[in-house]
Amino acid sequence: MNRFLLFAMRRRTIATALALLVLVGTIALVATWRPSIAPIAIPKVSAFTQASVERGAVLAKLGDCAVCHTSEGGAPLAGGRPLATPFGTLFATNITPDRQTGIGVWSRAAFIRAMRDGVRRDGAHLYPALPYEHFTHVTDEDLGDLYAFLMTRRPVRATPPPNRLIFPLGFRPLLAGWKLLFLQKGQVKSDPTKTAEWNRGAYLAEGLGHYAACHSPRNLAGGEERARAYAGGVAEGWRAPALDASNPAARRWTQEALYTFLRTGISPDHSAAAGPMAPVVESLSTVPEEDVQAIATYFASKLGGGSPVAPGRVVERTALAAAAEPAGAVLFAGACAGCHGVGAPMTAQQRPSLALSSDLRDADPTNAIQSVLQGIEPPVAGRGPKMPPFAASLTDTQVAATLAYARARYTDRAAWPKLAKTVRKARREGTQP
Amino acid sequence: MTITVSVNGQVQRLEADPATPLLYVLREDLGLNGAKYGCGLGQCGACTVQIDGKAAFSCVTPLAAVEGREVRTVEGLGTIDRMNPLQQAFVEEQAAQCGYCIAGMIMRAQALLDINPTPSDAEIRSHMQPNLCRCGTHMRILRAIRRASGQAA
Amino acid sequence: MSTVVSRRELLAAGGLVVAFSLARRAMAQLAGGGEGGGGPKLRRPDLAGSLKTTPELDSWIHLAPDGRVTVFSGKAELGQGIRTALLQVAAEELDVSPASITFVTADTARTPDEGLTAGSHSMQDSGTAIANAAANVRMLLTRAAARQWRLAPEGLRTTGDGHVVAPDGRRLDYGALAKGLSLQVEAVADAPRRDPASYRTLGRDLPRVDIPAKLTGGKAYVQDLRMAGMLHARIVRGPSHGTRLIAPQLAAAAKAPGVVKLLQNGSFVAVIARTEWQAIQAMRMAQASDYVRTAPPLPVEDGVRHLQSLPSREIVVLDTHDGDRPKASTLRAQYSRPWYSHASIGPSCAVALLKDGGLTIWSHSQGVFDMHRATAELVGLPPEKVRVIHTPSAGCYGQNGADDVTAEAAMIAMAVPGRPIRLQWMREQEFGWEPLGCGMVTQVEASLGPDKRIASWTYEVWSNSHNNRPVRAGGYAVAQEIEQPFTKQEPKPIPMPEGDGDRNANPLYDLPNMDVRYHFVPQMPLRVSALRSLGAHLNIFSLESMMDELALTASIDPLAFRLEHMRDERARAVMKAAAQAFGWEGRRRSDGRRGCGFAFARYKNEGAYCALAMEIEVERETGGITIHRVNAAIDAGQAANPDGIRNQVEGGIIQSLSWAIHEEMTFDESKRTGFDWGSYPILRFDQVPGSIEVEVMHRPGLPFLGAGETAQGPTSAALANAIADATGVRLRDMPLTPAKLKAAIGVGA
Repeated sequence: MNRFLLFAMRRRTIATALALLVLVGTIALVATWRPSIAPIAIPKVSAFTQASVERGAVLAKLGDCAVCHTSEGGAPLAGGRPLATPFGTLFATNITPDRQTGIGVWSRAAFIRAMRDGVRRDGAHLYPALPYEHFTHVTDEDLGDLYAFLMTRRPVRATPPPNRLIFPLGFRPLLAGWKLLFLQKGQVKSDPTKTAEWNRGAYLAEGLGHYAACHSPRNLAGGEERARAYAGGVAEGWRAPALDASNPAARRWTQEALYTFLRTGISPDHSAAAGPMAPVVESLSTVPEEDVQAIATYFASKLGGGSPVAPGRVVERTALAAAAEPAGAVLFAGACAGCHGVGAPMTAQQRPSLALSSDLRDADPTNAIQSVLQGIEPPVAGRGPKMPPFAASLTDTQVAATLAYARARYTDRAAWPKLAKTVRKARREGTQP
Repeated sequence: MTITVSVNGQVQRLEADPATPLLYVLREDLGLNGAKYGCGLGQCGACTVQIDGKAAFSCVTPLAAVEGREVRTVEGLGTIDRMNPLQQAFVEEQAAQCGYCIAGMIMRAQALLDINPTPSDAEIRSHMQPNLCRCGTHMRILRAIRRASGQAA
Repeated sequence: MSTVVSRRELLAAGGLVVAFSLARRAMAQLAGGGEGGGGPKLRRPDLAGSLKTTPELDSWIHLAPDGRVTVFSGKAELGQGIRTALLQVAAEELDVSPASITFVTADTARTPDEGLTAGSHSMQDSGTAIANAAANVRMLLTRAAARQWRLAPEGLRTTGDGHVVAPDGRRLDYGALAKGLSLQVEAVADAPRRDPASYRTLGRDLPRVDIPAKLTGGKAYVQDLRMAGMLHARIVRGPSHGTRLIAPQLAAAAKAPGVVKLLQNGSFVAVIARTEWQAIQAMRMAQASDYVRTAPPLPVEDGVRHLQSLPSREIVVLDTHDGDRPKASTLRAQYSRPWYSHASIGPSCAVALLKDGGLTIWSHSQGVFDMHRATAELVGLPPEKVRVIHTPSAGCYGQNGADDVTAEAAMIAMAVPGRPIRLQWMREQEFGWEPLGCGMVTQVEASLGPDKRIASWTYEVWSNSHNNRPVRAGGYAVAQEIEQPFTKQEPKPIPMPEGDGDRNANPLYDLPNMDVRYHFVPQMPLRVSALRSLGAHLNIFSLESMMDELALTASIDPLAFRLEHMRDERARAVMKAAAQAFGWEGRRRSDGRRGCGFAFARYKNEGAYCALAMEIEVERETGGITIHRVNAAIDAGQAANPDGIRNQVEGGIIQSLSWAIHEEMTFDESKRTGFDWGSYPILRFDQVPGSIEVEVMHRPGLPFLGAGETAQGPTSAALANAIADATGVRLRDMPLTPAKLKAAIGVGA
């Protein structure tokens, strides 16, 4: 074909494409547009019953509202906390009932729309940093109680920093497309073959608890891979382990073990809650027991079927590990054995052996690395397991050697490949944005 | 086994079990009194030293880990006759009661001043969090750090 | 108003029947707060302070021909600054510069026996003795100069730099004068003291003499002692007092690298190695064993209230009858505190050496004299063969592991003659084995008359003895572990006016119809002994909380209510001073989040006076408490070193806040479960108040009053009062945790 014809064809293609784009764009913009809901006068505290507010307080704990919506050292629920994502950094909003900077003028309907549809009072789309693909499953009644709770909190004047997202993700209407793909509304379906407790657990976990938001893998667009729900995910530089049959625990996660872990922050057959899991167990230590029992029942059924290791048989291959990782053996003896070794004070206090640590057994070494780099703070009420950070003491290579040794000594799993590189990456990601 | 470490600017060749926590090497092999045994678990900070400029717990840092790296202790900041500004500030504020935690406090505080010469009160409190004081000298320690940073106590 | 009340004055006051004994032995026991052993014999009751038991001047002061002075004190530097304060006292009354004095503390071979360094007695016992002894020496020096010059001594002066000077300018230095002087004489009671108006050193903020070394890595602690041939020891034990390892791996540990000896005597096991790390590793190896409880199960069900179900002896503290008064309202409340750990930053350590039949121990015990007697009995040596030298360690705040580690180091040294033995307890051993501060319960019933004044006061306190310091071998933990155990020391209460569980149970307020009883419980569910302020912490907490509860009922301002009931002028003065500095009159009214609290105490009703006010803010969502500011006023009589007092009060405030908000030794049936800083958290930097201001009242020339423990009670009480003011919630069971406060607040924002 001659070049002029090609050129003419291309120009037409471009023009058509442009026209189509504008058409699609207009349709999309129209499709994504949501109306603003009129502001209301800030409701008086007396507008809500005590019972409703109390129920809402529990629901807020189950949903961990304060965990995301409170900045370090900041007023509760007043926002400002950064959340690092592959798409940039978002800052949690102020959900106190402040007129100017919070949700003070939000009606109940506006609140419910935000939780169900991910739409702000003024009609803008919300980033799924707010896990509305889970909150969408919460019943009207519970959302009403949650609203009662939030609207009776202390109003705080505080504006979070602006989001820092990769261009063009700052363009909110794009989120409509995201929701089309990933927001599946509707109630959590009750399973008649399961107990009431299981179903309650399902409702709490899939809805307010938004467990899959951390514990499921996500695709490139940042949506949860529903087909691989609970196969494990990431959270703030840590790994949220698999909560399905592929969970690497040495001992089966029974309902009792799960309950103990979620309620107290430590399971004697596993290990302590660390990293982003710590605030979750802190919240769960304050809600009614039955709710934690229900969540434990739900996940026990997902985790069950994993290969149980007979209790009492604990892997410890000290000589083998020392031969395979001599440098790591030396580092372990000086850095770790004081707490984790033979005759250490933790042992007499019935703290679990490293042989029971899922983090050491996981194919993904991230949590083991972050525990070593960042340490562990007592997860519940400021009292409990406390591990120092080793970030300043050990280099990446040394962390890798120590962990390689620990893996060889306490598990029968294959060595982690390229561990020093993973340590370097984890150290970068573990620091606050 | 011989491990080579730089301690307070001097290269030391140490014959010790490489697994030995740095705390005991500093105290026993090098006769340095500053870093102290408080818990051996990395929870109280009485053993705090600087490794490559960062505050670290010497009680859970094996000697092998500091091979070829720079270790600084309170002895490396100044002497009783020539204290550095931070040590001097602790004297001026009389920031000690039993004094057992103080060398660790100074090392942690110095690590902050080295990267942030004029920290705010909130920054100082947050930075000093890993270090415990049981006598309750906190107010004076905070004042000493602010004084050393040239800010009003 | 006189602060030293004689027995005659007390009885003459009438209407006040106080159950305490002023027997000579009890007087001697008063050194060190009445705890510890009988102490030395009372020889000159007419003299001041410890001169009563050690009246010879040369026990206290040596003068060298070159003018250098050595001063001896039986008290020890615990980090409370006493070395510096006493140095100032000596320098002032001798009228020399502090730098010319060498100060020797608590050494059984060199210094007077002043009993324990405890109970806030150091200034009252040793300070008073040194002041008077030094005044005596100055008097003798002046007289010697007068004789030489043939002048009247009244016309001579001292110059502050070790000289006596005549009106015509002639000078003689102390060294020269000392040559012709014997100080082997007893002090006289009325040696002239220097005029406070011309004080050169006393009352000044002399920088502490021990601080510079502590900042620059100087040798300052028992942990820093290094001796030729020194060996390192570690104890192999169960996790907690009252436990025993079932099968310690002794054979393996004995063969561990560097181990020189493994000592076993009954269930007492120690490993001794060449380096510290070797000792630690051998210990860990040996400790790989399950344990079993050897004592009755711990009271998991009812915790501290278990004390109320144990057999007790009733001690009547106060029983006054001022006639029936009409009661408009009656309040009843119970208060409590849990068992506390001393939580010393440095776990206990001692060095012991057996050489040529004599045992020397470097120890941070508060009672080196008790140690030398009790340890001698333990190891089977005559006491004169055992020398104990106080060497500082981290703050102890009472009887922590120091005494035990002294005895244990001695036992090990006996087994390895000629080698200095350094024994260091591990952190978990300090938490697990040291005697704890007593858990206690109180019950108050108080009524208000229609005139809004208190009409009656009924008070009961349950407590174990706080007085379990080893005075005989049987007081040590090890004494019951060895093959041939010693009988356990019998717990005894400390009689009033000092008291232990009932310390400060007798209100200083002018209250009618007081019925105060101490239920002394001999049986100890957990191992306990003295912790800073003893029973005063909970007794003042209870008293000062109830004062606020009554004030609220009467709708009277808490400060005004207290002043209504307080006649003691110095008490009124500190209360007003603290209130003034705080701005109590115009203080912010409670808004559900912010609130203010006030409290007062005179420690033991004999020590220093302390009042304080604080402003807090409660985060209602979490129960978290921020303490914005604290203003305290303290009257300690003549302040030797005002900054030292301020330091101690600031420290006491922070420690008391930590006790009140966080602390609690937890346990299960078989052992203590607080074993590290994660399981026994204390206050950290993020929770320290925004500001603490301490005013030291100016009281020139008045007798020294012990200040080290004064803030413990009022601080915890002021906090509870501030919480009540802020939120309307009255918490009575320490620790006043965020969880408890949140539960009490509920969801109201």
